[in-house]
Amino acid sequence: MTTAPTAFVRREFAPALPPPLATAGWLGFLREHLFSGFLNITMTVFSLALIALLLPPMIRFLFIDAVWEGSDREACLATSGACWPFVRAKFGQFVYGFYPAAERWRPNLVYALGAILLVPLLVPAAPLKRLNAILFFAVYPVVAFVLLTGGDLDLRVFLLGRIPRWDALSGPGAILGLRLSFWIDYLISALLLITLAVGIARLLGAEARGIALAALAIFVLFDIVLLAVDLNFGLAPVETRLWGGLLITLVVAVTGIVVSLPLGILLALGRRSEMPFVRFCSVIFIEFWRGVPLITVLYFASYMLPLFLPTGISFDGLLRVLVGVTLFAAAYMAEVVRGGLQAIPKGQYEGAMAVGLGYWQTMGLIILPQALTLVIPGIVNTFIGLFKDTTLVLIVAIFDFLGQLRAAFTDPNWATPVTLYTGFAFAGMVYFVFCYGMSRYSLFLERRGAIGKLR
Amino acid sequence: MKRVLSTLVLVAGVGAFSAAHAAVLDQVKAKGFVQCGVSQGLPGFSSPDDKGAWTGLDVDICRALAAAIFDDPEKVKFTPLSAKDRFTALQSGEIDVLSRNTTWTLDRDTKMGLNFTAVTYYDGQGFMVKKALKVNSALELSGATVCTQTGTTTELNVADFFRANKMKYEVVAFATADETIKAYEAGRCDVFTSDVSQLYAQRLKLAKADDHMILRDVISKEPLGPMVRHGDDQWFDVVKWTVFALVNAEELGVTTKNLAEMMKSTNPEVKRLLGTEGALGQALGLTNDWVARMIKRVGNYGEIYDRNVGPGSRLNIERGLNKLWSKGGIMYAPPIR
Amino acid sequence: MVDRRDGARPPAGSLVNDPRARAIAVQLLLIAAVVAVGWSFVQNARVNLEARGIATGFGFFEQTAGFGITQSLIEYSETSSYGRAFLVGLLNTMLVSGIGVVLATVLGFAVGIARLSSNFLLARIAGAYVELVRNLPLLFQIFFWYIAVLGTLPGPRQSLSFFGIAYLNNRGVILPEPNFAEGAGLVGIVLLAGVALSIAVHIWARRRQAATGKLFPRGRLALILILGFPLVAFFATGAPISFGYPELRGFNFVGGFRVIPEFAALLVALVTYTAGFIAEIVRAGILAVARGQTEAAYSLGLRPGPTLRLVVVPQALRVIVPPLTSQYLNLTKNSSLAAGIGYPDFFYVFAGTTLNQTGQAIEIIAITMAVYLVISLVTSGLMNWYNRRKALVER
Repeated sequence: MTTAPTAFVRREFAPALPPPLATAGWLGFLREHLFSGFLNITMTVFSLALIALLLPPMIRFLFIDAVWEGSDREACLATSGACWPFVRAKFGQFVYGFYPAAERWRPNLVYALGAILLVPLLVPAAPLKRLNAILFFAVYPVVAFVLLTGGDLDLRVFLLGRIPRWDALSGPGAILGLRLSFWIDYLISALLLITLAVGIARLLGAEARGIALAALAIFVLFDIVLLAVDLNFGLAPVETRLWGGLLITLVVAVTGIVVSLPLGILLALGRRSEMPFVRFCSVIFIEFWRGVPLITVLYFASYMLPLFLPTGISFDGLLRVLVGVTLFAAAYMAEVVRGGLQAIPKGQYEGAMAVGLGYWQTMGLIILPQALTLVIPGIVNTFIGLFKDTTLVLIVAIFDFLGQLRAAFTDPNWATPVTLYTGFAFAGMVYFVFCYGMSRYSLFLERRGAIGKLR
Repeated sequence: MKRVLSTLVLVAGVGAFSAAHAAVLDQVKAKGFVQCGVSQGLPGFSSPDDKGAWTGLDVDICRALAAAIFDDPEKVKFTPLSAKDRFTALQSGEIDVLSRNTTWTLDRDTKMGLNFTAVTYYDGQGFMVKKALKVNSALELSGATVCTQTGTTTELNVADFFRANKMKYEVVAFATADETIKAYEAGRCDVFTSDVSQLYAQRLKLAKADDHMILRDVISKEPLGPMVRHGDDQWFDVVKWTVFALVNAEELGVTTKNLAEMMKSTNPEVKRLLGTEGALGQALGLTNDWVARMIKRVGNYGEIYDRNVGPGSRLNIERGLNKLWSKGGIMYAPPIR
Repeated sequence: MVDRRDGARPPAGSLVNDPRARAIAVQLLLIAAVVAVGWSFVQNARVNLEARGIATGFGFFEQTAGFGITQSLIEYSETSSYGRAFLVGLLNTMLVSGIGVVLATVLGFAVGIARLSSNFLLARIAGAYVELVRNLPLLFQIFFWYIAVLGTLPGPRQSLSFFGIAYLNNRGVILPEPNFAEGAGLVGIVLLAGVALSIAVHIWARRRQAATGKLFPRGRLALILILGFPLVAFFATGAPISFGYPELRGFNFVGGFRVIPEFAALLVALVTYTAGFIAEIVRAGILAVARGQTEAAYSLGLRPGPTLRLVVVPQALRVIVPPLTSQYLNLTKNSSLAAGIGYPDFFYVFAGTTLNQTGQAIEIIAITMAVYLVISLVTSGLMNWYNRRKALVER
């Protein structure tokens, strides 16, 4: 018998058939994600209806029916689309408020400098992070202050001002915006205080040189800042009452951000401190600000704070608001930072102690760099909240971007049925770009997991 | 680091900057300008134009003050203030004088440490309605919704008025004048109530100003005038007599145009007013030609009125009560002698 | 000299280098600073108040307020006292926050679940909604609803009418007002009893089901209890509840129950804004429940609806509740933005109008802050209690 090869044994795999048409490709996608069942189909129909209801009118309003050219309300009376000439006419007010037109190069310069310093700070790959951070957090605020206000503060007396007739020392005049009485006062006060510090250190038997140097360094740094704001650069002074629009929004937001971060870190450390009174104060401070709405804080700063200051000292209205916003933001920042501190394993603290680092060295070199990187998304979220909250200053009669928008609505020259919608559309886009940009950035950092690279 | 911190605390604790106190007039002369608190934008009384130059009746009072002191109406800086901030700004010394359509009441004159100096405008609270409603008297407003600004005397007056006349009403109160007029224009209320002068001024902000009318009824007394701080009688006198001098000048017929002739006048009253006789200006701490300076730079009360709120302005408010006492009004100033 | 034999003692050095001495010194300094600042505040305030002639104390609570308030839940007129105005404002705040919290939770859960839907379009729309409301300032949104949406509605004489029963215009929404005649109380009692009984039955049925697995038709019973018996009572007592319909007379609608536009705008803005945040919390909470839980439920034969309701949401709630608490608190605090559009909430009536009329900034702002602090503490206390109860269920 010969055995014929009756059984056919396949040696290789048959080629794969394409999947059924209905489960793959775009058709499969549609089937699975849009039409997989009765409920799903209902939802799809509902969604489509919603899109059809919202999207076409929006596009028609913003682009197709919109008016692009014109000089007053006449141009927009007939249309049902956006009235973009309105935005163009009011653009100066939206961005600068009533900042004098001839001086608008100053806020522009501040904007530009801010952008130049901020962008490399945000790009993780950019070099010179430390220098950049110092420039942005220490130098930039002073420069911006001088540019925006015009500097040339009228500083008359420092600590020795209580001495009667001290004021008369410099006479009526000032050289380059500097007054003799203040600077002699400053010099003597600095020397006295340094001597005092050294004396105390000696008394306690500590090393005096370091203390003397530290005190000197502080006075010199402080001196540079004071000199910068006291010098007369020939800039016309611009009162903060004239500021407005996006300028106020950004000044409040950036100041809040720059000041609240260090303050928040200090508060967070205070809350985790082993000294009971320090802890107590931090907890009370944080919980108090977090328990009340920002607007009460602004009222506190605007109407109550002046009563607590000595008579004769008046605070600029914007400065009062800045104080309120900063304290408020610092309390929230403290809780974010505390979250980061708690996430650092105990071993890190113990390791630092084991190599003999002191408290500030442990915190500054070991714990904070790790903790802060961990909570960067939380910090950015606090910033977004702060940015949105800047709108509240308009309730205490400071005209930020939103305030200018509302003021622009009262202009009878632009009173048309579409002015309102145009203004809201424009302002909405501006706010959205800022906030969405920040939230995307925080997401980017989170995904990148840039631990240790961005300090 | 700890060393740095403790030193900082020390510096911050002691380092308070203090300001010296002196008579306001001397301070003003030393710094070279008058700091004047005005409203944030009320056409006719104080409003900035596109270039930031201020005009208005309240503004001109401050300019007259600057002219009297410095012979230059531009030596004045304006601080726009909201209704809420105005008293605090004056109390804290941020401004030297508050010329911001503020009603003189006993409460404000006594409790706040501030003084009213003189009346620059006799006002009263009134109502604005849409013409289409065909309302002719405030007594026909029963059941209406009324828009008003919160924290003002108007809010209290309107409540008293409706209660006294046993009429029903509903009040909607807003924080700023702009919000209030905008809400009225949008139809949130039937009636907008405020001082009559403000009604005229706010009406200019409406897109269709002619569709709205101001009722003839006036339901309150609102004498408006500049305020100063308690405790500096010299400055109080200067501001008070600035206003009186402007009124006296109108009464004596001294205007910007005829000032040169009037300087040569033999009328003893005119001579005292313009400082060609006596030393009345010096008694105030000013020069003797202080009134002449004001008239030359700013004009008399009548000129100021006409230019800002009267026939020479867009507001075109009838002078009414604000006519001189000799012409049927109640504007009356003590004599300069 | 130092006793070297005592090993526990640190080597003698300067006091500056002794951590304990440092700690005490720092705290003493801090105490001194706090006391100094507090003392100078009190001193300055005393001097300033005297100089400005501002009255002090809480006597103003008894004085006549003299101003009107647009919306009040309790009896209020111009002759009422500031204390009464305080109460009116507080109740208005509670009203808008209470309704806001409920609606925001409902909307937030719906959007959060929609974001996780397998339906591509729905998930995208929900995502776009969340990004939009979260990235625009709340005050901007309040203005938008108040000025651009409600403000542009027609006036009372051109109201949008809904079958002549309800009206919508720029003065608000006017709804029919229920009038209660004699016997209405009985209907109410029957209704309340029905609700209470249904809840009792519900709890009992769940216990029985857990113990024996037997189902009970509690839905149908509840329908009879809550709807049926009250209806019977309603007709038995001769239909004591009627509706008063609004009608246009003079300037405004007379009769009917009116929702003012300030309230509506604030509520809509608060709800849509907070819902965006709640949606994110819900999404994170649901994603935190392991996928295996859903698969296990499916393999037991549960349908998607019950799976979500009985398996996923109860577990997700434990993650959701703590951040949800802070959203509720935020909503309450954010209701103070009413000041921007003139809704007479607590902040506007008290820290706004009353502060302006009396000038007593210190007392009023301190009370305002204290009230919000108390609201915060009570809310978080309640939520913590709920949280602890939920956590106890866990084995």
